[in-house]
Amino acid sequence: MSSWTTGLAGDVPQGHAVRVETPSNYLNAKFTIGSWLATHDHKRIAILFAVSITAFFFIGGAAATMMRLDLATPAGDFVKAETYNKLFTMHGVIMVWFFLIPSIPATLGNFLVPLMIGARDLAFPRLNLTSWYLYVGGSIFTIAAMIAGGVDTGWTFYAPFSTMFSNTHVIYVLAGVFVVGFSSILTGLNIIVTVHTMRAPGMTWFRLPLFVWAQYATAAILVLATPVLAMTLVLVTVERLFGIGIFNPVLGGDPLLFQHLFWFYSHPAVYIMVLPAMGVVSELIAASAHNPVFGYKTMAFAIIAIAVLGFLVWGHHMFVSGQSMYAGVVFSFMSFLVAIPSAVKVFNWTATLWHGRITYTAPMLYALGFVGLFTVGGMTGLFLASLALDVHLTDTYFVVAHFHYIMVGGTVSAYLGGIHFWWPKITGRMYSDRWARFAAILLFVGFNFTFFPQYLLGIAGMPRRYHAYPPEFQTLNVLSSAGALILALGYLLPLLYLGWSLFRGARAPANPWDATGLEWQTSSPPPVHNFATPPVVTEPPYAYRMAALSRDVVDAREGTR
Amino acid sequence: MTSANPAIGAVHEPALRVAAQFEEAPQQVHAAKLGMWIFLATEVMFFGALFFAYAIARVQFPEAFAAASKHTNILLGTTNTAVLLTSSLFMVLAMRAAELGVRRATAILLVITGLLGLAFTGIKLTEYALDYRDHLVPVLDFSFDPRYAKGALVFFGFYFVTTGLHLVHLSVGNGLVLTFARRAWLGKPNTLADQVEIAGLYWHFVDVVWIFLYPCLYLVSRT
Amino acid sequence: MIALGLPPEASTIAPRVDLLLYAVTIVTGGVAIAIFVTMIVFGIRYRAGSKVKRAENVPEAQARARRRVETAWTLIPFALFLASFAWAARLYMVRADAPANSMELFVVAKQWMWKLQHPGGQREIDEMHVPRGQPIKLVMTSQDVIHSFFVPAFRLKQDVLPGRYTEMWFTATKTGRFHLFCAEYCGTDHAHMGGDVIVMEPAEFQRWLNAHAATQSMAARGEDLFRHLGCSGCHGENASVHAPNLAGVYGRPVPLSDGTTVVADERYIRDSILLPRKEVAAGYAPIMPSFTGQIGEDDILDLIAYIKSLASTKERPK
Repeated sequence: MSSWTTGLAGDVPQGHAVRVETPSNYLNAKFTIGSWLATHDHKRIAILFAVSITAFFFIGGAAATMMRLDLATPAGDFVKAETYNKLFTMHGVIMVWFFLIPSIPATLGNFLVPLMIGARDLAFPRLNLTSWYLYVGGSIFTIAAMIAGGVDTGWTFYAPFSTMFSNTHVIYVLAGVFVVGFSSILTGLNIIVTVHTMRAPGMTWFRLPLFVWAQYATAAILVLATPVLAMTLVLVTVERLFGIGIFNPVLGGDPLLFQHLFWFYSHPAVYIMVLPAMGVVSELIAASAHNPVFGYKTMAFAIIAIAVLGFLVWGHHMFVSGQSMYAGVVFSFMSFLVAIPSAVKVFNWTATLWHGRITYTAPMLYALGFVGLFTVGGMTGLFLASLALDVHLTDTYFVVAHFHYIMVGGTVSAYLGGIHFWWPKITGRMYSDRWARFAAILLFVGFNFTFFPQYLLGIAGMPRRYHAYPPEFQTLNVLSSAGALILALGYLLPLLYLGWSLFRGARAPANPWDATGLEWQTSSPPPVHNFATPPVVTEPPYAYRMAALSRDVVDAREGTR
Repeated sequence: MTSANPAIGAVHEPALRVAAQFEEAPQQVHAAKLGMWIFLATEVMFFGALFFAYAIARVQFPEAFAAASKHTNILLGTTNTAVLLTSSLFMVLAMRAAELGVRRATAILLVITGLLGLAFTGIKLTEYALDYRDHLVPVLDFSFDPRYAKGALVFFGFYFVTTGLHLVHLSVGNGLVLTFARRAWLGKPNTLADQVEIAGLYWHFVDVVWIFLYPCLYLVSRT
Repeated sequence: MIALGLPPEASTIAPRVDLLLYAVTIVTGGVAIAIFVTMIVFGIRYRAGSKVKRAENVPEAQARARRRVETAWTLIPFALFLASFAWAARLYMVRADAPANSMELFVVAKQWMWKLQHPGGQREIDEMHVPRGQPIKLVMTSQDVIHSFFVPAFRLKQDVLPGRYTEMWFTATKTGRFHLFCAEYCGTDHAHMGGDVIVMEPAEFQRWLNAHAATQSMAARGEDLFRHLGCSGCHGENASVHAPNLAGVYGRPVPLSDGTTVVADERYIRDSILLPRKEVAAGYAPIMPSFTGQIGEDDILDLIAYIKSLASTKERPK
């Protein structure tokens, strides 16, 4: 382990060293509010993001809870139809753009990419802070829209409903999403440049942790897909404000053009949400199994393959939209193709357990939860990629269940797992693993209770975005609503025990999990410039059992000679 | 890479100001250039979506687009194309001068580039005023041959959105170029050639966008 | 399969979709269970502290074996995916070709109701009466936003767009009442934009048609409009203006002034009324005025029905 790096300063605590006093670190360097709001430190900016997205997570979650309450009865007695439509719109907008997309890249990615590659910071620290301020700017527009009365277009903003027919505050939300999009672009640009130019000596491409590979691929999608969304929103605004016919056929526009542009962004956006989660899970499983990731190179290439193929499948959202039948066939084929690297990743995570020494800490439970839920979400994605099945299932609760398995079961599990795994590094404190394991299990159970019934509702034909429904769907809806309450409780728990740990938790050692990776070689929390002396990398990634190196890692090592 | 100085300190030579996160100046320059290229990739996708929407609309209204295009001001549009291309020439000359380390010449060439950019802006605004006079501004004042009115409205919608966004980009470039001109004159930067190159990358990109816009807006039916 | 909670199978395509659904469920479910079992077995066997023997050294041969394993679990899913893709795509293609003997029904969607019209002129709102065993082709359009015509019992769904026609066909196999939903979010009362599809025995359906007989068929109403809107002034028998003869034009290729050819289907007729300059028939001056904003979607459908009714006759319309 200690041979992982050379040239480290002697003052970095090793293993289980007990520290009496806290050395200077990025948290205690300065305490003023200004030192946070004007910081250029990627670690502090990561925390600014983490706090902001957590706030939005609970706003979006509150909207979801109200929707589930409303759906407990067929007539939807809790809120009016109008309110319900605004609730699911705000839920979607907030969860997609103000939580899921920045979730892992802007918090864990921001915090860990420089640490993992042995850099002092991201390449453009000021741009990084700008990114957070853009996020805040976008969130102000969005909250303004909520206060002004809400929006009822759905997060998809389908034209011509959004451009000509909705009487709500569409423009505010469009502005909010437009601005927050530039926040994403700047984060992505920063990560790409950082990975290219800031790697420590000896940190070759095939020594990068899979987390960094995932962040890199995600950043590429952010940079290339988000501008298309930005322009789409500009065009929606132009049609809505000035009546220029772009999407509305009455004015000479084409509504399918909107869908093509929107999904050209929004399908890759799914991979923006799930690729970083895959990166996190690779770290968690390898560290908890104390085993190198099975097929490291395959895993890295799978990430890139998913990112590239993810740009070529957007039309599978449009199988019944009226697009050409042949386009549907091509997009269906591409969708099956993109499933292959995803499947390979699941197999490789399973194989990483083989011959490991698995410890079941909270991060590992979250990671295993991810693999299970992602597998179900991925498998049901194949139903939707199958053209004739999609005709029946699209725009029903089957789709709702499918993407919640991927985004909530997948991404949120991985995000929470990552937060638990790196919590000691970020805060310098340990939390109660017992409570954390309990929360992980509660979330897994609550999640399945909430969303598995929705698959069955979809198969039975219940359309999505329905405020009221025929009575025969009630049993499954009640089950789902009951699960949602468990889920809501499960999400509140980590706030409590993690919050408690901030003040009462035991001081964290530098490497509490006995994990490899440069971030564990510096103190917890890290000093302002991350490393007392810049690290030099001499070992392949995941060198948990040097004797059991897989062949490609050996290749990678030989390649650098 | 300055292999002679592999040490870790942020500052190697008094003349070089390297930001704290970098090890050495070449790394910083590499990062800045890569950053600009990636930003331009974003911009290509941004304008790409716009051109895609334009193409769809033009297929929908081929005749109206041809008719509407005839009402754009070909004289000012062509003049502007020439102005912008000339500005790019001066940009390239400024990059060469910076490479050779001739600060004053760099500054002067950058100023000329920036003045041409301002000239473009002035001509474009004049053109907008003339468009208003000719009742070609959607929402404010628009009237057109009723046979083509619907498509022409879409055409002029695209005309103002595309040229407007282009103008915003050009203004940012203008600020960048004039700032670097001032810096070059004062002899401040130590990596002048690289900074000018980065500004040049952006300037040429804005130029290329116009080269696509010009035929799409002015030359539809003028074969 | 009751376990999956599928709605009744009430169309010819429904059992075929369900068979595919079962097959995909069994294969993906099998693979998922295999993954989970493997994870659990590994998870227990290789837990920290277990005494199981772990390879500390992986010889070259075993590394090669690993690579073979990885290749296998890339190629086997690929083969399964290809099979599923091909099966599903073939079934999807069936949607495209309505049988020649299909009966046509016209659907106009608007916030938040479904308006249907039978060729005989019978109109319905939020209900669709159809005979069992007869292929039905729906020609659909929307008056405002995008809607989606969804009948779970038929396993069919098709978005309904403003400004164009989309089609969907089915043959009902079971009599009874089935849900009709709008599946594309369309605004406040989206959840209430639905109704019933009522499948009847053919004789019963005929009785229903007779009981709801309209004063005029769609074609007859279209003929009235044709005269009333002044179409006959140019396209009619005694017109002095040089305009195309519409008799028998439906379904035939029309050479256009730009040298291309289109088939005169519903879309072409609709566009010719609303955007007459888009595709001008060869040999004619582009002088027809646009009727955009002057007539509703129902009227256009009536006009199309009228022009179609001229298909058999060779005479110029009066």
